[in-house]
Amino acid sequence: MNKPVDIKITDMKERYKSGVLKYKQMGYWEPDYEPKDSDVLAVFRITPQDGVDPEEAAAAVAGESSTATWTVVWTDRLTDSEYYRAKAYKIEPVPGTPGQWFAYIAYDLDLFEEGSIANLTASIIGNVFGFKPLKALRLEDMRIPPHYLKTFQGPATGIVSERERLNNFGRPLLGATMKPKLGLSGRNYGRVVYEALSGGLDFAKDDENINSQPFMHWRDRFLYCMEGVNKAIAETGEIKGHYLNVTAATMEDMYERAEFAKQLGSVIVMIDLVIGYTAIQSMAKWCRKNDMILHLHRAGHSTYTRQKNHGVSFRVIAKWMRMAGVDHIHAGTVVGKLEGDPNVIRGIYDTCRENHITKNLQHGVFFDQPWASLKKLMPVASGGIHAGQMHQLLTYLGDDVVLQFGGGTIGHPQGIRAGATANRVALESMVKARNEGRDIWGEGPQILANAAKWCTPLRAALDTWKDVTFDYASTDSVDYVPTPTTS
Amino acid sequence: MRLTQGQFSFLPELTDAEIKKQIHYALAQGWALSVEFTDDPHPRNSYWDMWGQPMFDIKDSAGVMLEVTACRKAHSAKYIKVLAFDSKKGFETVRMSFIVNRPAEEPGFELVRAEGPGRQVHYTMRSYAGAKPAGQRY
Repeated sequence: MNKPVDIKITDMKERYKSGVLKYKQMGYWEPDYEPKDSDVLAVFRITPQDGVDPEEAAAAVAGESSTATWTVVWTDRLTDSEYYRAKAYKIEPVPGTPGQWFAYIAYDLDLFEEGSIANLTASIIGNVFGFKPLKALRLEDMRIPPHYLKTFQGPATGIVSERERLNNFGRPLLGATMKPKLGLSGRNYGRVVYEALSGGLDFAKDDENINSQPFMHWRDRFLYCMEGVNKAIAETGEIKGHYLNVTAATMEDMYERAEFAKQLGSVIVMIDLVIGYTAIQSMAKWCRKNDMILHLHRAGHSTYTRQKNHGVSFRVIAKWMRMAGVDHIHAGTVVGKLEGDPNVIRGIYDTCRENHITKNLQHGVFFDQPWASLKKLMPVASGGIHAGQMHQLLTYLGDDVVLQFGGGTIGHPQGIRAGATANRVALESMVKARNEGRDIWGEGPQILANAAKWCTPLRAALDTWKDVTFDYASTDSVDYVPTPTTS
Repeated sequence: MRLTQGQFSFLPELTDAEIKKQIHYALAQGWALSVEFTDDPHPRNSYWDMWGQPMFDIKDSAGVMLEVTACRKAHSAKYIKVLAFDSKKGFETVRMSFIVNRPAEEPGFELVRAEGPGRQVHYTMRSYAGAKPAGQRY
């Protein structure tokens, strides 16, 4: 039970005596608080230092991510401090993980500047992540109220308009990242783009670290890529694109590159997550203004999303990026070479694509999240996937996704064009079979084998990669038990 | 060339039975089918000619198939596609699109390059068949 010393001090003279109080005494733990519809809610996984009471730790997180400092300050009394204080209102032990708790915290809307991811994150993941009384801290999920969502632009284009612009419906889009990532000259690089698109892909893609290096400066890359894109459009009658990565050292450089991409008629440009939230929002506004699709490569995210006990869950990053206004986001493959537990990936894909998300602890979704008609964000599955997994990819990821086969296109034994064709035939066969009502999970390999009878490139792809799987335990899985636990 | 717009252009041409299954799938999702045809398959031609209005009230695949067949009979030398439209909030757009008829000869597109300063090239796609007046293209 709470000792008297641990509860909120209501006598104001006592409360504001100089010195140090516990965060609970300062008023950051409010177990009776009923969150308002307009509150921003966050759930953190907290690992208090030995001997630190979890309620006090939760209160400290609320304090350090809103108004508190380590000692009492009289200047609080110049404000309606009760109103501005974030409130820790609930803690629950993490199932099966002693020493860790989920702490729920409510923030009043007035704590945040409208339309600014930088401002939101400066509070929520600011100083608090280095706070000594906690061994570790992870932001698991957030509920952004529609009142706040409506101050954000959201995706520049959105899934619906992207498909209408591309004239591409009823199947996942197909892409490939150009390989090798580094070292190709502009002319050779454009060759890979052309072959991949001409063979049947919808998109080709720069990799995250292709910017403007000595072996290929950005203007050279843009010019040769657009030659490849347009040749492929003329040969197939389909609209195609290449994600021209405009990531650069300064905003001025990025705008210059994006403008050049526009002049050349590109339908899409690309940025990396490492450019930062403000730069991402700036590019999203530029893209809305210039009819450009904006692809985001999540370079850098695994430094803070992958370990369950510390950092920020990728669900939250995806949510922020839908608010910030990108159109594509790398969101996991389940079956490929990069981290991805099926339940976690489902939660992330729902975050990107649904209009209303319902709380689902099994998927790591802690809150209902209405999206207030913000456009939908296209998830991108990329990293170690190949044609032989098509039935699994379609089952796990659905139609509104870009499937990117980099090595799985360019590494094809009969060449890049054949690699692209193999992927396209595998995809169309699988979509057709699913629509016909067949059980693609069970019959997938047979469906592919049948198509491979008349499609030699698919036969070669299946033979080359038939045994390739990445079967490792996920480090970021959901800690969840079907029966509710008590706090 | 082979025009590869639509969901299934990399597969062998769909038989009538296969087309019917796709229509059945669309109807089961609550989508409305429509048929469109053109002799101008430019990739940015958003508006093919409509073979009547979308069939919001036809709920059986046989009924939709009748329209496909009738359109094919009237425009056998043109491109014809079947579309499925979803009026649900959050979509309100086309959800399926696949070609069910194409001309015997597909001459394709010429890529016209207009060279500009600074090595820039402006590209235009021109349909070879489109050079002729409408009605005489295929």
